[in-house]
Amino acid sequence: MSERINIQKTYKLYIGGKFPRTESGRYIKWADKKNSTVVNICRGSRKDFRNAMVSARGAVSGWSSRTAYNRAQILYRVGEMLEGRRDQFMAELTLQGLSKKQAEKEINQSIDRLIYYAGWADKFQQIFSRVNPVSLPYFNFTSTEATGVVAAIAPDDSSLLGLVSIIAPVIAGGNSIVIMASESFPLCSISFGEVLYTSDVPGGVINILTGYRSELIDHFSSHMDVNAIIYCGDNEDDKKLVEMNAALNVKHVIQFPVQDWAKDQHQSPYHILKCQETKTTWHPIGV
Amino acid sequence: MKKVKTWEYSPAPESTDHIQLKDKYDLFINGEFVPSSDGKYFDTINPSNEKKIAEVAQAGKADVEKAVASARKAYDKTWSKMPAKERGKYIFRIARLLQERAREFSVIETLDGGKPIRESRDVDVPLAAAHFFYHAGWADKLEYAFPGRTAKPLGVVGQIIPWNFPLLMAAWKLAPALATGNTVVLKPAETTPLTAMKLAEIIQEADLPPGVVNIINGAGETGRHLVNHGDINKIAFTGSTDVGKYIMESVAGSGKKYTLELGGKAANIIFEDAAIDQAVEGIINAIFFNQGHVCCAGSRLYVQEGVAEEVIAKLQKRMDTLIVGDPLDKNTDIGAINSKMQLDKIKEYVKLGKNEGGTLYQTSCSLPKKGYWFAPTIFTDVSQSNRIVQEEIFGPVLAIQTFRTVDEVIAKANNSPYGLSGGVWTDKGSKIYKVSQDIRAGVIWANTFNKFDPASPFGGYKESGVGSEGGIEGLSGYVNLV
Amino acid sequence: MALEIQQYTHLIDQVNAQERVARLFSRSIKKESKMQALHLALSMIDLTTLEGKDSEGKVKQLCYKASHLHDKYPGLPNVAAICVYPNMVPIAKKSLDGTGINVASVATAFPSGMADIKAKLEEVKSVVDAGADEVDMVISRGKFLSGNYGYVSDEISQVKEACGKAHLKVILETGELVTLDNVRLASDIAMEAGADFIKTSTGKISPAATPPVVLTMLEAVRDFQTKTGKKIGMKPAGGIGTAKQAIQYLVMIKETLGSEWLSPDLFRFGASSLANDILMQIMKQTTGQYQSKDYFSID
Repeated sequence: MSERINIQKTYKLYIGGKFPRTESGRYIKWADKKNSTVVNICRGSRKDFRNAMVSARGAVSGWSSRTAYNRAQILYRVGEMLEGRRDQFMAELTLQGLSKKQAEKEINQSIDRLIYYAGWADKFQQIFSRVNPVSLPYFNFTSTEATGVVAAIAPDDSSLLGLVSIIAPVIAGGNSIVIMASESFPLCSISFGEVLYTSDVPGGVINILTGYRSELIDHFSSHMDVNAIIYCGDNEDDKKLVEMNAALNVKHVIQFPVQDWAKDQHQSPYHILKCQETKTTWHPIGV
Repeated sequence: MKKVKTWEYSPAPESTDHIQLKDKYDLFINGEFVPSSDGKYFDTINPSNEKKIAEVAQAGKADVEKAVASARKAYDKTWSKMPAKERGKYIFRIARLLQERAREFSVIETLDGGKPIRESRDVDVPLAAAHFFYHAGWADKLEYAFPGRTAKPLGVVGQIIPWNFPLLMAAWKLAPALATGNTVVLKPAETTPLTAMKLAEIIQEADLPPGVVNIINGAGETGRHLVNHGDINKIAFTGSTDVGKYIMESVAGSGKKYTLELGGKAANIIFEDAAIDQAVEGIINAIFFNQGHVCCAGSRLYVQEGVAEEVIAKLQKRMDTLIVGDPLDKNTDIGAINSKMQLDKIKEYVKLGKNEGGTLYQTSCSLPKKGYWFAPTIFTDVSQSNRIVQEEIFGPVLAIQTFRTVDEVIAKANNSPYGLSGGVWTDKGSKIYKVSQDIRAGVIWANTFNKFDPASPFGGYKESGVGSEGGIEGLSGYVNLV
Repeated sequence: MALEIQQYTHLIDQVNAQERVARLFSRSIKKESKMQALHLALSMIDLTTLEGKDSEGKVKQLCYKASHLHDKYPGLPNVAAICVYPNMVPIAKKSLDGTGINVASVATAFPSGMADIKAKLEEVKSVVDAGADEVDMVISRGKFLSGNYGYVSDEISQVKEACGKAHLKVILETGELVTLDNVRLASDIAMEAGADFIKTSTGKISPAATPPVVLTMLEAVRDFQTKTGKKIGMKPAGGIGTAKQAIQYLVMIKETLGSEWLSPDLFRFGASSLANDILMQIMKQTTGQYQSKDYFSID
């Protein structure tokens, strides 16, 4: 009996709800530690990022104007879909070097984190909004509003949980995101795109690129249509570059050090608040 | 029947005899007034007559070092160790002392900055006192402001404030910083240092521990030393977007936090179902308050076509009743432009507006010969592509456009790198919510404009800034949440 | 035309109107401008007595006061008019003969207006026949509040016709209209229907003339002039007892309608005690001493 030939997966980008190859036609060879599996990962380019930004900008007003309840359900749905694809992620996480036990924990926590933020999507505004007692005959209230388009450099060491921990609060708050996946462990980031694809997240709300940080970080942080930039990591030069570039259009800068994303303290409504603006409205009270 | 043909208001100058001004002001460091290390002083003048009021010590690098060191010491030794409720009491004291000396502060604010006494008396000074009073009460209640987290002070905060609301901006900056347990080095603007120095007197009088608040004067150079100082934990800045960007670049990689309250070019939108007479008054308040030296000024007016003719005609009539002149006169509506530099900038933009084909209307008030003055000005026949529509002029100059539909005006309102404030005038409730939701700006005035309160957060989207001031949101810029 | 005014074409925001008033009233009127204003305000007064206990004697005394405000101080103007109930018109007319002071009479079942149109018109004709120079009518507030603007408008037109040469002041009784939107609409209806003056109140209902109401009416007058070219007069009445208030209203007129309206032809104060307070202020300005009421006659 002849051996069946495997169908190997092509890892592509996730932009605007589609899975294009990089427009540059370039690739990165990624191999597991034993060099037994070798795949080609898209080496995302400046133009891929630009295209993703166009998608993200196009999607943000629709996404932010959906009801909070609807966003909550969609986030929950992402959790459901991830639950259903455990095997695929087990395979990829173990290929990326985790033990089975570690991989299982990472998947469980990623799902739980999605559910955690699904639960916040229709509540955080209640926590962070208020009526202000001004000393004039005016009704004055403050509410949160999505910042807009967020560009993010995902944690490099935590390929799934790190990615999910960045994406979930950003989109729970009504933003859209373009995120650069872990450079060292990119496999399940792309698979996560497939989860998103099947989970009612509108195309363009979440866009995932793979490639070299060193190549894209400058573009991520300098793009004039980015409203907030998230950087995860400890590289001082990168951090400084991001902060310098943020000055170009006064982006919000949010930074997370290398940290154990499994800890509960790394999930919080305050993470949602980081990509929210504060809007205060005044109106006279009279007849 | 006896008729009086014209009835004009006689001059009604506010008296200046109760104010105490020295010829020379030193730096306020470590609870004492000290000369600058290199002995440099600069003049502060009255922009309404160009006369020198006093000379003020200019802080050099060594002085900034001293001020920061004193703030650090005060933070480590006293302020961060003091029970929060005691901290609060000091701030309450400042509020009270400021209320007691309100009149003196109003007069000096007007002398030094050129704004009408009506505004410094009714807006700047009472609001400044209110800011201290509001924030004082927060000092021992921060656990309720940030549920699930503990708020810790940042340490030493460098604060740089502008010349348009000198005392009020000092209050906006100092009050939340102190209430949350930080110590401060404050740098007022070089054209308006006096009320901050008077505030230093109050701080001394209030017995605030030495070094908790340090006030140093100087121009950009002094600000740069402060921004770049290694022992500063945070910079809080209000001013131009250009300087804001410079600060972001300067602190990049340093770990310093920052909040920035920057420029604006607010859209003020009048729908045809608005209360027109009140809307016209709103336009006046939006653009001519404080000579238009207001970052959140409603400098882009959008009027729905059906009422455009009526609104503009009424606006012009109303403008004609604005009294421009001696800022100390209690009837003055529009005072002096703050500095020659600013006046030149405004003139440059108005020239540009004319060259670009805009139709200009200016009130025919007679302007004093001495001092810096500019008549209230509006431009019609302009479009989004005009620079006077796009750029912040920071003067009494309004650019007017008409529109037809809600979608059109929202798109135009948001067609700007700024996002500080916006105005919407309509009697229809649902439209107010729709439009105020869709305008990308931090403060929306619906059927009003240019209202401020310490409990009301104020801050911008996009290039208008980072962070808020006032309310609970304002506190969050001065704490680490752990 | 009638159709057009029977709806709220001009909405008024109450809080903003109050803020505008506060700003106007913060004007500081001193020295020469104050003296000028005090004289002007005196000349705009409709010296009023509208009480059930009014008698011929009382009206006679008031009429004497109207042209002898404070004889110790020469050069003072007379008030503009005396305002009385219909049955007092003959005695007022007689007492004021030769003074140039007008006689104004309230009419149309003042203050409630609760009578049929026939009775109202008869009353108007009778006061005009008795020599009233000015007629102060009240609108039918019940009809207005129930949305019957046509009735209100027709009634004013008919009264205007019955007035003949007499000037018609239309009292809106704004204290019963409650909202500034209503005040504005009623002002528009009254002017369209032929009012020469619009007037805030009867003085029998509280609140009477409030500053935002007066501002709203002045703005209506201004817009009516823009639209038609006609100049309508304005009369706040009730609750204006001090010189300070009077001056504040002069500021409001000047900055809303312009100096042209600073004349008794186009602006009046309906008041009973205002004259003496103004007189005290004039004396204070002249002598530098604060005054006592004991030195000013209280007819």
